[in-house]
Amino acid sequence: MNFQNTILPSGSLFNLRLKEIWKYRDLLLLFVRRDFVAVYKQTILGPTWFFIQPLFTTVIYTFIFGSIADLPADGVPHSLFYLAGITAWNYFANCLTTISDTFSKNSSLFGKVYFPRAVTPLSIVISKLIQLMLQLVLFVLVYVYYIINGANIAPNITLLLFPVLVLTMAMLSLGLGMIISSMTTKYRDLKFLVKFGIQLAMYGSSVIYPLSEFPDQYRTLIALNPMVGVIETFKYMFFGVGTLSNGLILYSMTVSVLLFVIGLAIFNKTEKNFMDTV
Amino acid sequence: MKPIIRIENLSKQYRLGTIGTGTLSNDLKRWSYRIRGKEDPFLKVGDTNNRASKGQSNYVWALKDINFEVNPGEVVGIIGRNGAGKSTLLKILSKVTGPSTGRIDYDGRIGSLLEVGTGFHPELTGRDNIFLNGAILGMTKKEIRSKLDEIIDFSGCERYIDTPVKRYSSGMTVRLGFAVAAHLEPEILVVDEVLAVGDAEFQRKAIGKMQDVSRNEGRTVLFVSHNMASIQALCTKGILLRNGEVALHSDISSVINEYVSCNTDIDFRTSYVNTEKLQGEGIGIKQVYYLADGVQVDNIMSGQDVDIVIHYESSSSSGYMNTLVGIYNNLDEKLIILNSDYDNKKVPCKREGKITCRLKNIQLVEGQYSLNIQLSNATSVKHIKGVINLMVEKGDFYGNGLIPTINECKFLVNQEWYS
Repeated sequence: MNFQNTILPSGSLFNLRLKEIWKYRDLLLLFVRRDFVAVYKQTILGPTWFFIQPLFTTVIYTFIFGSIADLPADGVPHSLFYLAGITAWNYFANCLTTISDTFSKNSSLFGKVYFPRAVTPLSIVISKLIQLMLQLVLFVLVYVYYIINGANIAPNITLLLFPVLVLTMAMLSLGLGMIISSMTTKYRDLKFLVKFGIQLAMYGSSVIYPLSEFPDQYRTLIALNPMVGVIETFKYMFFGVGTLSNGLILYSMTVSVLLFVIGLAIFNKTEKNFMDTV
Repeated sequence: MKPIIRIENLSKQYRLGTIGTGTLSNDLKRWSYRIRGKEDPFLKVGDTNNRASKGQSNYVWALKDINFEVNPGEVVGIIGRNGAGKSTLLKILSKVTGPSTGRIDYDGRIGSLLEVGTGFHPELTGRDNIFLNGAILGMTKKEIRSKLDEIIDFSGCERYIDTPVKRYSSGMTVRLGFAVAAHLEPEILVVDEVLAVGDAEFQRKAIGKMQDVSRNEGRTVLFVSHNMASIQALCTKGILLRNGEVALHSDISSVINEYVSCNTDIDFRTSYVNTEKLQGEGIGIKQVYYLADGVQVDNIMSGQDVDIVIHYESSSSSGYMNTLVGIYNNLDEKLIILNSDYDNKKVPCKREGKITCRLKNIQLVEGQYSLNIQLSNATSVKHIKGVINLMVEKGDFYGNGLIPTINECKFLVNQEWYS
């Protein structure tokens, strides 16, 4: 007898089941809509909050790191320099923190009905993408303001690389997030690490401090953080300063693709029995 | 006929206790076995899953070697006591959790109604939630849009459809959730205890919809419930699970009978005695028993006269005592209400007394029944549920040896035929 479908104890690690995810694309979009619409319901300022957060962070950074500590910023106006770093870093950090909670946050939903679980982290990456786009608008406004006021910066052709950067960040956060969320279903230890780990990693990337200004002996070490390549390229495409190297960006891309594939495989394997351990 | 679902040697193992460092060491051991290409060492141990008794091992089998097939169009009721593995089985079927060993083959889609309204977002409107919930259950946007009016109509929440779901009453949330799920069109539908909520009108609607689904549309339904009446009304086949194993797979009435008979053995009592003295205000029921021809009996037969005798005590002795007795069958349906007011008798209330209700020519078919008793006077009420059971045996009601069984009907009535 031949049957169309089969349920077996444990799936293969290397079946990424992209076809099944594609079948649930409507759900993916509805999740995106839900996340986006529901976040600022019953708030007066609504989506304005998307702007307030990076704006205030930039003001604080400019004051502390720019004025008080007087850190170098590759000749770019301090506030613009920090806003660029924060915009990119926030996307990555927000995605990662939300995704790494996927299983524990959604356990009541996952416990009752089946759909490919990978839809949830994918929807997070996309809804945060909308947030990123809004924050980019803010960035461009500030950027244009500085250009009009005669700051010595100019965009260049590498701007075309922008979609690649976003994709790299998305895959990086997806991969890492899915690995962490899979591991925290049974042992919650990692959850604590993620919270301050992300904060520490921000200081270990070039959000506040340009890569070129790091002492030589540490530069390779810092560059191991795959987000460094992304942020440096991001700043280069808008300001024409900083480090643009093929090796750096290729490294970031390779790491993110690798992490994404590993993450999806682990995630798919975990989703089958996570209800028993979460 | 080719079955639509085939389950082979399906087992599910659970680990008891909390997750801690002990789990980590077991995980490492399991991992080291797998690396060396050996079988999982912990799949060999494990007790059968009896909730009440203490076991030897930390691992239990929630399901053990389940085998059965379901044919297309069948409505299968899955019954069993709490912890028998019913929900685990449905969870594996709906892919919420995976089996430990064994396999399930099936044709088409499996849609589950494990709990309605899952994935509702409180901040979104009813309409938005219909789309979201439908998509979670596996429908496409197009499918939902084509059925939107029908779903809204079925839910009966039209007025609220553009209001956030957090403002809904819990009944309305369930209605909306069931409305979405009921319009799902999988080949196999898995349903777990959804009818327990909602008002009477809605329950009728829900049962009607499920009958529709199976009878008119020919789809296969697996249904778990503790409500034997709705199981009997809906299902054609039944599966009785006991401690994670299939105890019986047969037509629904024999499965229900088997379940009911082995279930009531535990505390089937035909008399009730309460020796505790009444404390403070109120009414106490001291004793309940049956008399037939002046002798205390455990069983009676259809057509016999029987006295239900209730001894009580009361803190006040003023006014009258009203007595209510409800007789329920083993599906927990109320069949008869006895009320002392119906007999126009005013029974004066005493500090200690005895009330007798004589049932003449008892018109129940053979079976097991249970009684609820309520005593009330001017100041207080005493209600006891299932205080005493009643075993009715086959009696020669019509005087010719002919009598219907419990599966055919509930009551016997004296009848005269003319031509």
